[in-house]
Amino acid sequence: MTTSVPHLTELPLERPKGCPFDPPAELGTLRDEHPLVRLTFPDGHEGWLATGHAIARAVLADPRFSARQELMHSPLPGAAAMVEMPPAAPGMFIRMDGAEHARYRKLLTGKFTVRRMRLLSERVEQVTTEYLDAMERQGTSADLVTAFAQPIPALMICELLGVPYEDHEFFRLNVLPLNLPDAPAEEQEAAINALGEYLYKLILAKRAEPTDDILGELTTTELTDEELTSIAFLLLGAGLDTTANMLALGTFALLQHPDQLAVLREDPERIDGAIEELLRYLTIAHTGARTALEDVEIGGQLVKAGEAVALSGMAANRDPLKFPDPDRLDVRRNAAGHASFGHGVHQCLGQQLARVQMKVAFTGLLARFPKLRLAVPAEEIPMRTDSDIYGVYALPVAWD
Amino acid sequence: MKLEVDRERCVGAGMCVLTAPDVFAQDDEDGRVRLLDRDPAEIGDAVQLCPAAAITASE
Repeated sequence: MTTSVPHLTELPLERPKGCPFDPPAELGTLRDEHPLVRLTFPDGHEGWLATGHAIARAVLADPRFSARQELMHSPLPGAAAMVEMPPAAPGMFIRMDGAEHARYRKLLTGKFTVRRMRLLSERVEQVTTEYLDAMERQGTSADLVTAFAQPIPALMICELLGVPYEDHEFFRLNVLPLNLPDAPAEEQEAAINALGEYLYKLILAKRAEPTDDILGELTTTELTDEELTSIAFLLLGAGLDTTANMLALGTFALLQHPDQLAVLREDPERIDGAIEELLRYLTIAHTGARTALEDVEIGGQLVKAGEAVALSGMAANRDPLKFPDPDRLDVRRNAAGHASFGHGVHQCLGQQLARVQMKVAFTGLLARFPKLRLAVPAEEIPMRTDSDIYGVYALPVAWD
Repeated sequence: MKLEVDRERCVGAGMCVLTAPDVFAQDDEDGRVRLLDRDPAEIGDAVQLCPAAAITASE
């Protein structure tokens, strides 16, 4: 039976004052009583918001909920301009369902296995050491974002894909607006076009002269140039900003929780568990959405065909029914089952790459700078509240 | 316990290998799950963590 549920007129996104790592308090209050509520989306669509862990997972795992772009309603502010999207371009598989999605994903899964990603550890270590050396040479302070958190994943995804790292400044500038829903539409469009054109030319070059990297290998499959360009676009976009923000925001969180940092310094073997906990606690990819393909009864409610369900990963990851004392950062807890890489058939393809990079980079950073600290008061750290990837725009740090 | 995996459902996320590396492996070519041990004593949260519900365990 459908019972009366609260109706939100917008997605709560404002973080509590002084707690930059906590989700909006309103989300927590809602989740504990109504893990699925009505939500008016910025484009006027009347849909739903899922905040509970079990319900978010159920929606993500259910093929009756679609990820197709033309059915999509984004709950993020500024996304109204994106209403009535065309179907996903060939290759843009995160916005596809079923066999169409699986066909692309299968061509890529073998390239991101746990084993293959672990084989990269040594290379990630070399790269991490280079950037730590550069930080040290620079003096006793730096912006951790530009000196460390951004360049390491950027270099690694470039090497893996076979994108010349010399061009990284160009595509960094053209990836950034894509994750900022508030960026003007022209800026978004210009970024998409510039990046698309760059990658298309790169694919043509690899087609002419195949290279020993993921994009080079993919040119030997049945994929068209258009499909390859979209796939390159997706992987580059997914690999740059996400890990960068986990490294920077994760460091910020550890510095603000000295007891937890001490646990990790005393016992560096805890790093794997600490990474899962940071993924859970921070949930940088905080919000997603799916659309019902048919009437679905879920969480005691009837979600009608065509209605969108926004998924608050950050609220789900603080669900006390799943994680006891969820608002506490506890690097010793078992945070397995967090929704930070999503769930269902779209669960993050690059998650094992992200884990390897975080493991090496956090370990290297903490070992190199035993007295790492914030160089400005925490309140002065510019938070990325206007992006669908949460994080920091800068993290001034100092050491002795 | 007795394990079965459904390679058609598998999306190659690797959570099983991460959780129980002695029991599961990923095919090097397509990343899909392979069972190393059909009757293991322990697999941790591997069933629960599989994003595609591709692993079935029975007593």
